[in-house]
Amino acid sequence: MESKLNIDPKVVDSARGHAKKIAEDMQKFIDVHTTVSTERTILRLLGVDGIDDVDTPLPNVVVEQVQAAGGLERGVAYWMGNAMIQTGLQPQEIAEKMSAGELDITKLPTASAKEAEAAIMPAVHAALKKIKAQTKARQDYLARLGEGSQPYLYVIVATGNIYEDVIQAQAAARQGADVIAVIRTTAQSLLDYVPYGPTTEGFGGTYATQENFRIMRKALDEVGEEVGRYIRLCNYSSGMCMPEIAAMGALERLDVMLNDAIYGILFRDINMQRTLVDQFFSRVIIGYCGIIFNSGEDNYLTTDDAYESAHTVTASQFINEQFAVLANIQEWQMGLGHAFEMDPSMKDGFLYELSQAIMAREIFPNACLKYMPPTKFMTGNIFRGHIQDALFNLVSVWSGQSIQLLGMLTEAIHTPHMHDRYLSIENAEYIFNNCRDIGEEVEFKKDGIIQKRAQEVLGKADALLADIEKDGLFSTIEHGKFGGVKRPKDGGHGLDGVCTKDDQYFNPFIPLMLGGEE
Amino acid sequence: MAETMTTNATAQVDLTKVKPYGDTLNDGMTQLSFTLPVPYGEEAEEAAKQLAKKMGFEEPNVTYYHELCPGYTYFVVYGKAQATVDYTTIKVPKVDVEIMDRVACGEFIGEKIKRDVVVVGASTGSDAHTVGIDAIIQMKGFHGHFGLERFKNVVAINMGSQVPNEELIAKAKEINADAILVSQTVTQKDIHIKNLTNMVELMEAEGLRDKIILTCGGPRISHELAQELGYDAGFGPGKYAEHVMSYIAEEIVKRGWQDKPEIKDR
Repeated sequence: MESKLNIDPKVVDSARGHAKKIAEDMQKFIDVHTTVSTERTILRLLGVDGIDDVDTPLPNVVVEQVQAAGGLERGVAYWMGNAMIQTGLQPQEIAEKMSAGELDITKLPTASAKEAEAAIMPAVHAALKKIKAQTKARQDYLARLGEGSQPYLYVIVATGNIYEDVIQAQAAARQGADVIAVIRTTAQSLLDYVPYGPTTEGFGGTYATQENFRIMRKALDEVGEEVGRYIRLCNYSSGMCMPEIAAMGALERLDVMLNDAIYGILFRDINMQRTLVDQFFSRVIIGYCGIIFNSGEDNYLTTDDAYESAHTVTASQFINEQFAVLANIQEWQMGLGHAFEMDPSMKDGFLYELSQAIMAREIFPNACLKYMPPTKFMTGNIFRGHIQDALFNLVSVWSGQSIQLLGMLTEAIHTPHMHDRYLSIENAEYIFNNCRDIGEEVEFKKDGIIQKRAQEVLGKADALLADIEKDGLFSTIEHGKFGGVKRPKDGGHGLDGVCTKDDQYFNPFIPLMLGGEE
Repeated sequence: MAETMTTNATAQVDLTKVKPYGDTLNDGMTQLSFTLPVPYGEEAEEAAKQLAKKMGFEEPNVTYYHELCPGYTYFVVYGKAQATVDYTTIKVPKVDVEIMDRVACGEFIGEKIKRDVVVVGASTGSDAHTVGIDAIIQMKGFHGHFGLERFKNVVAINMGSQVPNEELIAKAKEINADAILVSQTVTQKDIHIKNLTNMVELMEAEGLRDKIILTCGGPRISHELAQELGYDAGFGPGKYAEHVMSYIAEEIVKRGWQDKPEIKDR
């Protein structure tokens, strides 16, 4: 594809090369560490589910006991496999006995790591089979029902009550939405466990629980049949339970998950070692089961200036891409994020937004780019807000974005009302149809505002990536180069849940998932 | 209110009986849009009209209606409002200080307070939104209005989001803050009211309520609401760092805290 922006492919290659080294350098750290949430994820995949009498999820019960006994370094896969050998029980039964105080799996006679791994393999393969069945179910639905055209219309529901969410989600699908995201209740990202069962109370969103996933999946499959289109379900593989929620998403056939290597560090003050280790396993799961991940670069622009800091978005997209490559995620699953967040009072702001969006498409031609709407400069003037969203929609269809998180005219006022969603969908459908082929028709003036802007942003992104490669990612974040937020390497939530693996540690899922095992 | 009558092009406005203006004085023209949980059809249109009448609108005109999904219909309605308000008797509590710009705030502090003004702010409780507190404190501010970090003679600490009220108070004590800035963005099910009230209760329990200027802000916060909840001042949409600092600086002088940088002396 010839570049409409006249960007230099050598600069793109250079930036990508820096990002690759940054990700590989970080991977060395990741490979020798594990976390409590990574270990709980292994248990969930092995079928450990349910809660004890004080509502602690059983995966937490098991991992806490193992950690307290100093056994985390060996990994729960070993302890579970060993317990299966010594007791003849299945993982769920073992977890229940541990919860009842009838079993301490770190005090049993110990088999070798090889023997424990062999013992656990049937349960591992059973989990992979379940996930593959869901992946196949998605493929079957897509083949039979088809899907909306890109940019997919992505809307949120956020009532706090999963049953009310279902009503809103089905209504949105009937109005034309292609992707439904169930926004999480505020503060779930900092919970170090995943709540259990269906929930009806939340603030600004609904708890992500496996049962809620199941309820919404069923509702969207039903409405998909009705409207003759597969409706994708999105939730958050982020926060302190990032990989656990990815596992739940794989088991319950979520299609899209918010998942960013750096977001939790910057915006939720989660410890960077914890998040970087967690994001690896979550992305391996996401890659394996065909979920599209969405990275969170748009958020940088809510805390930092969208014009001044545009290159940090591009740099972060390169890094997120390279972390995804290491987790064997295909390009079509890479929902790299960016946003339409420049101050609307800026002269020629539209040209800069257009330049940035087309540049993202040219740099990542096969990625499932996720484009986020204006939020920071939405004011409560719903009429002007509707026009800001219209300009956003125009840039999106022009630059060939893949997933369009629809802007709401009532952004900054309330979580969307039913008719807000209708007005947004109507806005997007009108513009997408009316300007469908504009990107093919229009070329840009050589060395004009749009071309120059893209070249400048790409150049700055390349320079920033070169710096990060030199300093390392940890140090870059410590110095506040993303989103203008500084975080210390040993600060934030969840550091006590990180430990170094011992030499017999194994996570049976990672090699099998990376290998695409059936 | 000095005058009760003002003049416009063709008629006199009676400020004791004000109603909406479309294109003719006292036409009462009002636009509404809403959804009813009823199936799309002529009965739905009639339902919207009747509802608008009950709301006090004469000659309601449903200019557009549309099926959102089976069982739900959306309406755009125009009607003539009959209700009026007496503008002359309205009193709105406001943060009653002269607003100084950033440079003037810095000079005022330098001349009248003669020490740094120390403030600490956070988006508290479960609220994960930093946009409000960042707009006020962060160097770059918002919409061309620099944040407190750029003010001369001001030390401003931004604790970010999801900060428990207890931690915010502890920080204020640690740094001897003159003022606390609480930001609340999420308002679903009135969670911001609960959170803001809890903050006041904790301040009172610690005996700090009169020793630190307590302010709050957010898109749904007004000065009136803030005062009702027990805050000294509230800052809603359209208020920037200079509004907040003008108030705090004046208040420090009013309370005679120029020579009391430490909380224990106040």
